[in-house]
Amino acid sequence: MTKKADGKVLMTAEEMDLALSRIAAEIVEKLGTRGEFGIIGIRRRGVHLAQRLSRKVEAILHQPTLNGILDITLYRDDLTTVSNRPLLRETSIDFDVNNLSLVLVDDVLYTGRTIRAALDGLVDLGRPKRVQLAVLIDRGHRELPIQADYVGKHVQTADDEIVEVRMKEEDEEERVVLVKNPSVRTGA
Amino acid sequence: MASLTHKDLLGIEQLSVDDVELVLDTAAALKEVADRPVKKVPTLRGKTVINLFFEPSTRTRSSFELAEKRLSADILNFAASTSSVSKGETLLDTARNLESMAPDMIVIRHPSAGAPHLLSRECRSSIINAGDGMHEHPTQALLDALTVREVKGGISGLKIAIIGDVAHSRVARSDTILFSKLGAEVWACSPPTLMPWDFCRLGARITGHIEEALDSADVVMMLRVQTERQHEAFFPSTREYFNFYGLTRERMKLAKEDTVVMHPGPMNRGVEIDSDVADAPWSLILNQVANGVAVRMAILYLLSGNAGLRPRRVR
Repeated sequence: MTKKADGKVLMTAEEMDLALSRIAAEIVEKLGTRGEFGIIGIRRRGVHLAQRLSRKVEAILHQPTLNGILDITLYRDDLTTVSNRPLLRETSIDFDVNNLSLVLVDDVLYTGRTIRAALDGLVDLGRPKRVQLAVLIDRGHRELPIQADYVGKHVQTADDEIVEVRMKEEDEEERVVLVKNPSVRTGA
Repeated sequence: MASLTHKDLLGIEQLSVDDVELVLDTAAALKEVADRPVKKVPTLRGKTVINLFFEPSTRTRSSFELAEKRLSADILNFAASTSSVSKGETLLDTARNLESMAPDMIVIRHPSAGAPHLLSRECRSSIINAGDGMHEHPTQALLDALTVREVKGGISGLKIAIIGDVAHSRVARSDTILFSKLGAEVWACSPPTLMPWDFCRLGARITGHIEEALDSADVVMMLRVQTERQHEAFFPSTREYFNFYGLTRERMKLAKEDTVVMHPGPMNRGVEIDSDVADAPWSLILNQVANGVAVRMAILYLLSGNAGLRPRRVR
């Protein structure tokens, strides 16, 4: 993100942290206190959210969690229409996903196409016991039958708006804002 | 966001440093696919790639084929010996016929320099040069760069010695252009009979003495003596060639202590390289082969969807 248009603030840094703490507690509640699950972040911002979630889960369980990074570029359904293609980065999941519960983490759930691609990517790595989805923001407008298991905040949005999750790992600031999109985008 | 804005990959000459970095970064990310239980991603599903090989090739062809398969492309293999080329069809007619089958990409190897460029002008599909005569072999140079970058951490400032049959080697040409472009000091060394008089124009320093080329070299790139392209006697005997230009353990002492040895293959053991040099820990020859698949996947991925772009003017 290079341009930082000011918009309506949806979540402050404190609210983001509180939401992540709640999601971490919910994950432990649903998937068990023995920590037999992996947390996988979707590039790019999902990775930082997954790392923060893992640290919070570790603090609850007092044991290390399994952590991975998924790059979904190769699984996108719009590659032929994207002339400026996203930079491909490495997928790095160094544990066996077979028979393991997994939590996919992304920043914003919108059309659902990113998650569709992520599920395809995960299946190529093995047969997980179950896959759940955690997102910081659910902004509606789904184009596929996909729902999140853990949501930081539900937000009503219009098609010509963009939800920007700004995190200190990638941006200068830490908050979630809603900005107007000058060129209305379609698809994921 | 980043992309190659070229329709084709005809040579290293047309690539900018940014283009090269993008290809190498993408290839590095794609290496992970080879370690998966399912070594396949759906990226090029529904795309058709034609492998058009007018010259015998095992390594490059299998490498391209594997790269295409790992990206889920549909593949059509044409070998000149079994096609209408042996019945007298011209390259242009072959190309137009293939183009009518609406492929997305054509990988071509041809004994004449410029054959991919001709196809590039005639075809809508993306053309990938897999070696044209004694001109260029861009994917080999890119995989060499990836291999060096992995081991040395970077390429700028390295001394790279390219030794052997420079005249007949498209690898020497592409490697010299690429490594010079990336800021390395390239030395080309061969018997005077096998050194093109204007090779220094590509950015290499020229020498006839292997000792001078090897002196403090970070990377030693050996070239195959291409007897099939040599229609006259360029040196008296392979034994004499080995005595003057063969890479031996003794000569390796001239290079840097952490030097690495590369070879585009297939090797002639005992002609340009001694067996115990080829099999020593400093040899990256098998890394080159593994990286070859990743680099070709990167090129296929980055060019896919670029068919129909206006071909770049070749200077």
